Amino acid sequence: MRILTGNDLKTGAVIWWTGRGWSIHVEDAADVGEHGEAILAAEDGARRVNGGYIINADETPKGPRPAHIKDRIRALGPTVRPDLSLKPADPAAGEWVI
Amino acid sequence: MADALRFRNDDPIEEPAVSLDAFLEQDGASAVRVEAGDDPSRLIPHLARVKLVEIGIPRFRDGRCFTSARILREAGYEGELRAEGDILVDLVFFMRRCGFDSFAPQAGLNRADVDAALSRYANVYQNAADGSVPIWKLRHG
Amino acid sequence: MYQYDKYDQAMVDARVEDFRDQVRRRIAGDMNDDQFKPLRLKNGLYLQLHAYMLRVAIPYGTLDSRQLRKLAEIARKYDRGYGHFTTRQNLQYHWIKLEEAPDILAELATVEMHAIQTSGESIRNISADQYAGAAADEICDPRPWAELLRQATSFHPEFSYLPRKFKICVISSPADRAALRWHDCALRIVRNEAGEEGFEVYAGGGMGRTPFIAYKIRDFCPAAQIFSYIQAILRVWNLHARRDNIHKQRMKILVHDLGEEEFRRQVEEAFEHFLTLGTDFPQAEYDRIAAYFAPPPFETGLPEEIDRTDPDFALWVDQQVIAHKAPGYAIANISLKPIGGIGGDVTAEQMEVVADLAKRYSFDDVRVTHAQNLVLPHVRKIDLYAVWEALREAKLADANLDLVTDVIACPGLDYCTLANARSIPVAQKIQQRFADMDRQRDLGELKIKISGCINACGHHHAGHIGILGVDRKGTENYQLLLGGSGAEDTTQAKITGPGFDEDGVVDAVERAVECYRTLRDPGERFLDTYRRVGFDAFKEAIYG
Repeated sequence: MRILTGNDLKTGAVIWWTGRGWSIHVEDAADVGEHGEAILAAEDGARRVNGGYIINADETPKGPRPAHIKDRIRALGPTVRPDLSLKPADPAAGEWVI
Repeated sequence: MADALRFRNDDPIEEPAVSLDAFLEQDGASAVRVEAGDDPSRLIPHLARVKLVEIGIPRFRDGRCFTSARILREAGYEGELRAEGDILVDLVFFMRRCGFDSFAPQAGLNRADVDAALSRYANVYQNAADGSVPIWKLRHG
Repeated sequence: MYQYDKYDQAMVDARVEDFRDQVRRRIAGDMNDDQFKPLRLKNGLYLQLHAYMLRVAIPYGTLDSRQLRKLAEIARKYDRGYGHFTTRQNLQYHWIKLEEAPDILAELATVEMHAIQTSGESIRNISADQYAGAAADEICDPRPWAELLRQATSFHPEFSYLPRKFKICVISSPADRAALRWHDCALRIVRNEAGEEGFEVYAGGGMGRTPFIAYKIRDFCPAAQIFSYIQAILRVWNLHARRDNIHKQRMKILVHDLGEEEFRRQVEEAFEHFLTLGTDFPQAEYDRIAAYFAPPPFETGLPEEIDRTDPDFALWVDQQVIAHKAPGYAIANISLKPIGGIGGDVTAEQMEVVADLAKRYSFDDVRVTHAQNLVLPHVRKIDLYAVWEALREAKLADANLDLVTDVIACPGLDYCTLANARSIPVAQKIQQRFADMDRQRDLGELKIKISGCINACGHHHAGHIGILGVDRKGTENYQLLLGGSGAEDTTQAKITGPGFDEDGVVDAVERAVECYRTLRDPGERFLDTYRRVGFDAFKEAIYG
């Protein structure tokens, strides 16, 4: 599947396109098929995303898993600071990244 | 092209600027365009007949124009020095300091924004081509 | 240390408002990111993996307690309670919001700090010897010149949109503790035969994908003319550098393309011209600045003995404490490299502990090193025990300066959008592998430097052992390099061969280290053994 990500312009937070808006949780990311470029152009123009780009992801029972480690680190947080990640209470979250 | 900004009192030069190579070949020309990759010092022996130098700025991040402008001012050129191309309001202050006195931006520049940018910094650390008194001189009189 | 006058203060205050206006225009949509990016970078604001990152300038690596406390306060209020000291002697916050960045700059300005030119294609914050003013081997304190050049190169109208970044370093000792010749413009203060102060000038150094060690472009530039000389270098580069390929626009590439002699000739010609322009700062201005760096009022008649009864303290003294030029005083290095920690990271609470110690025991003076450690430069030897106890309480008393666990690592793929691989986990695994203190001390000076990509922020080219993270088909891979140095014996490390995975590269480091142990002469450092026996023996040991 192909999903969209970028950063929130004002806060810099990592965000994922849900089909209707942006979420900080990669689990909410929607498959955009061939429409990625058009969505990004519109969203960037409206300044709802900064530096948006299209990535490949695998569909898993837990939701989309970005194909590249860089985007998995973006989705969760620094691997060396699980306490600062989006899932500080989940000790297995790091395994999802690697 | 958007409205030009000019910081001179004399009449604008209407003559079209020719390329540096063409200018050096044509004794009658008085307006010359220096591109970002040109060596501005080639103009120095001919400054007496120059009334307008237009320096092209292909991208605002291309900082060669600052050096080109200063080289000409330091050689004594007093005619119009025009910046033409991709000009961001945030750069106009530095451009003025390097000797540019007219601006022909591809996209418009808001005059109020320009005035705000030019008045933001009351003093400067270095002397350049604009006659501003550097802070070290203010400190020591 | 230097104190702003009304002019310096007005300058940083104006910059805050300038940046506030730029942020406002970006958020309002008056600028797109292509336009905004170079502007925010000029103020040290990056968009990183998880948030914006703000790089705060620490000019020549010198801080006072008030500034360090402010950095702690900002860490708590605007970030997540910590900061990261970098290989450029700066501090980075990794969790910054764009809309709050102007407020942070305003807070910094209240303690005479800023983020001006900490990134972007500009003249960067000037680095210096972290022991300036304290080192026994220095000719003079290099910081007055660094401060003078800070002012001279701030908002320079001609050189604010350079082909690439431009890094200046100033030292005044024969020993190089600042990776001098890895800078674009490297200045060493020397005296000529007449006893006059001047600069030995090196040009064209830099790491990145095409590393070069700076060459000596001038034996002696009179001190009063150094700004002219630097402007001459900048002008030649600015006018003639390539602008078509960002990877080939650093000055080192132009020096290489033109050749050292031709580059020198053009610089000398431009230098003669600059001397006629009256741009050099006058002696009175140097004197005004230098007065701020007058030596602190060192006490005399202090005891030299250190009570070494406590073995842990004695170990710390042996490893972290360096000779000071004033009798009865010492330079105390604070390790930011706890085993399994994150090198260079400091919590707000730790910053406050160090600020208190500086205020109480070190004439209110703290230094940041390019190896991502801190320094209390002027501690009475009789106070060392109290300092150590307070550091131990704050988990800052590791005794590993310049040892195998004192690893330099860039933030890597855990934080950085440019990175190809993570750096910090590799550093942590190496630390854990070599955690045993006896083993570390037996191995002696051994500088491991890790970069998560070819940009080399982790100085892998200058590592006795360097590690470079690369992306191999979507997985992290690590190349091993040997034989680099960022000291006075500067050399560029050499890649050993095929890369390794994360655990594999730790094993490879250990094989290299064991090879050294086998081959070393008594008292010989890793680097010297490597240089004596050569690359092949080590390569054989690593790859079998």
